[in-house]
Amino acid sequence: MDALLIESDTVFAAFWMTVRLTAVSALGSLVLGVLLTAMRVAPLASLRGAAGVYVSVARNTPLTLVLLFTGLGVGANLGVELSDDIATNNFWLAVIGLTAYTSAFVCEALRSGLNTVPVGQAEAARSLGLGFVKTLALITLPQAFRSVVAPLGSIMIALTKNTTIALVVGVSEASVRMREMIETYGDQVIEIFFGFAAGFVLLCLPMGLAFGWLSRRMAVAR
Amino acid sequence: MTYANLYEPPGPRGIRRNRALAAGVALVLLAVAYFVFVRFDEKDQWAADKWTPLLRGDVWATFILPGLAGTLTAAVTGVVLAGLFGIVFATARMSDHRWIRMPAAAVVEFFRSVPLLLLIFFAFFGSFALLGTNISAFSAVVFGLTLYNGSVIAEIIRAGVQSLPRGQREAAYAMGMRKGQVMRLVLLPQALKAMMPALVSQFVVLLKDSALGLIVGYDELVDRGLNGIAANFSNVIPAAILIAAIFILINLSLDRLAHRLSAGRRRVTTPNPA
Repeated sequence: MDALLIESDTVFAAFWMTVRLTAVSALGSLVLGVLLTAMRVAPLASLRGAAGVYVSVARNTPLTLVLLFTGLGVGANLGVELSDDIATNNFWLAVIGLTAYTSAFVCEALRSGLNTVPVGQAEAARSLGLGFVKTLALITLPQAFRSVVAPLGSIMIALTKNTTIALVVGVSEASVRMREMIETYGDQVIEIFFGFAAGFVLLCLPMGLAFGWLSRRMAVAR
Repeated sequence: MTYANLYEPPGPRGIRRNRALAAGVALVLLAVAYFVFVRFDEKDQWAADKWTPLLRGDVWATFILPGLAGTLTAAVTGVVLAGLFGIVFATARMSDHRWIRMPAAAVVEFFRSVPLLLLIFFAFFGSFALLGTNISAFSAVVFGLTLYNGSVIAEIIRAGVQSLPRGQREAAYAMGMRKGQVMRLVLLPQALKAMMPALVSQFVVLLKDSALGLIVGYDELVDRGLNGIAANFSNVIPAAILIAAIFILINLSLDRLAHRLSAGRRRVTTPNPA
């Protein structure tokens, strides 16, 4: 236990990075996921096609490769600089990669949520004269959201765990700190591992409970 | 699915407007593509000599095929071990004995909520302190893949067993089967079959996760592609696109297999509803 106590400041700093990565990427992937969902059900075939291709590419590529691509491709090769500070730059590159990957799963969840909305809802909206954008934004998507709170929760928990892979673009979050500490305090490997594992359980467990509670509360009674 | 119910079928004006919008969308997409193209072009990533290595036999023989072999070896070993782990822990979690059920539940819930990378790091960097020897990167990757995906598979199998009609279990007991026989001969086979699509999607996850091996230096496809090919020909983008395409191809075929399996099952079960 000593190592974790002595290093508690750096451990907390590492987990704070994990939390920040998760929060920003979660927000980004929700926004992009909604946009992708709207594109996938749009009247224009070109929008549907583009979103469909994007989702199947992002879903079937390993996150490691996605993040390496944002680091080496977007960062080093495209020369996109998001900040003068290297650490901040890497943080935003990781956010881009995590968002690009996670939004595909958000899109899939929302699309299956749209399937649970009865046809009559959209038909009623149309008979009131609402167009595609208004039908989607005011009637069907809000209901779809309410029915997929639980799957969205699993996606966000997976995102929290996936932030560990951000180390490939040079973000030093929890997994990097754990590796360093195992190398420094070789005699306390088990304590260090369970300490970091407990950190993730502490992050994910409340999320799971909160999303479970939300999904029961938000469920549409039909 | 086209979700035609979200909008009216367009009339003559709507069709014209949609055409204009489609043209606009195409222009925007082309503009994005052009931007990416130009930026990569400035770094010479489209130059023919960055792409031709990907067509050469020796590049495939030295980098891509060994990398693919590494990825597939880790993934297949992981699938087999995770499957075994899943069956054992799913059964244990449904045991009648509390002292088997509770620890099994704790193990499954723990490994499900720990990031895979932490498990791999624990095995790889902690092995010397714990065992006195360093284990190979391959073992560390398989260790992580087995425990994490095994726990998820255990939950999938448990859900499958619980979804079976109660009569199956009751009939098996009525025939005089013992607990183990009921599980092994009646419940598990049906649960595995019912959950095949979910299991196959978990195998896709496992295959993608095997790419984490490169972080501990396991010789797999992403590593060979980005650190091998790209280092030799400085063609990061072409190499990454090729590697991604290989993964997407494999995963989409697994996806299709899952669909086929579930469709096949539905065909079989519809004529005689339980």
